[in-house]
Amino acid sequence: MRIGVITFPGSLDDRDAQRAVRLAGAEPVALWHGDHDLHGVDALVLPGGFSYGDYLRCGAIAAHSPIMAEVVDAANAGMPVLGICNGFQMLAEAHLLAGGLIRNDHGNFICRDQGLRVENTSTAWTSDFAQDAEITIPLKNGEGGFIADADTIERLEGEGRVVFRYLGVNPNGSINDIAGITNERGNVVGLMPHPEHAVEAGFGPDTPAAMRSGVDGLAIFTSAIRALASV
Amino acid sequence: MPTIVVEVMPKAVLLDPQGKAVTGALHRLGNTAVSEVRIGKRFELTVDEVTDELLAEVKTYADEMFSNSVIEDVVSIEVQA
Repeated sequence: MRIGVITFPGSLDDRDAQRAVRLAGAEPVALWHGDHDLHGVDALVLPGGFSYGDYLRCGAIAAHSPIMAEVVDAANAGMPVLGICNGFQMLAEAHLLAGGLIRNDHGNFICRDQGLRVENTSTAWTSDFAQDAEITIPLKNGEGGFIADADTIERLEGEGRVVFRYLGVNPNGSINDIAGITNERGNVVGLMPHPEHAVEAGFGPDTPAAMRSGVDGLAIFTSAIRALASV
Repeated sequence: MPTIVVEVMPKAVLLDPQGKAVTGALHRLGNTAVSEVRIGKRFELTVDEVTDELLAEVKTYADEMFSNSVIEDVVSIEVQA
């Protein structure tokens, strides 16, 4: 199983995403934004970071990268595609996911371990979670406020396409506490928090059991491997 | 050389956190006259000459790259000599 991680100018968490893929049991493949080649991977991760310095709008310039033509085609053909933070912003800018991400309502960058509820476990990236599982993974962004018009929100909610919802506190003003969504088909998922930073004991969020022992993010990557194995 | 000026603003119905922060700063300076500040973007495109084809192309860029219709509106595209 080969999962590609695309590096854009200003990507920061591409290596972390590759490591998460490896720990989940798949082979990470480094892909480059300037290529028109997915190197035959089975799934794609668009990692976090600050592509193009967040100029224009977060993810907007990266969404026009050469490789995005192939990403859009692959996503439309059903390939599992995950966008984390800046990757989520790119998927929204590329219209693979609904809505948009704007500056946090309080105006501050936020970095914390964030509780989430997994509300849709039928996507390519969430099948290894129990329905309504409560997880904790790191959140770190300045422009994570999810917004969309009322019709879009109603459709997302009505069709169960809100995949992750913030628990306890809404960290950025996102409508309906939405932290992550999926497309109609369930193969494309985007979320602002960072599952790739919670995949190995000793390097994850604190849990009641032990400091930095949280590995709640790993199931996102094992879910994709399971989804690909069942095809 | 002529310049094509494109102006983009956050949608009126959406919260504009940048504008809100500046509004707060004005009020802290003692201003009471300004009730709201909204911050948008201005793009200045320097070109050799302006043609209808180019303006149509710029409108496409304005709609699809300079702005995101989910969160912003293109409020004007003007030519300055």
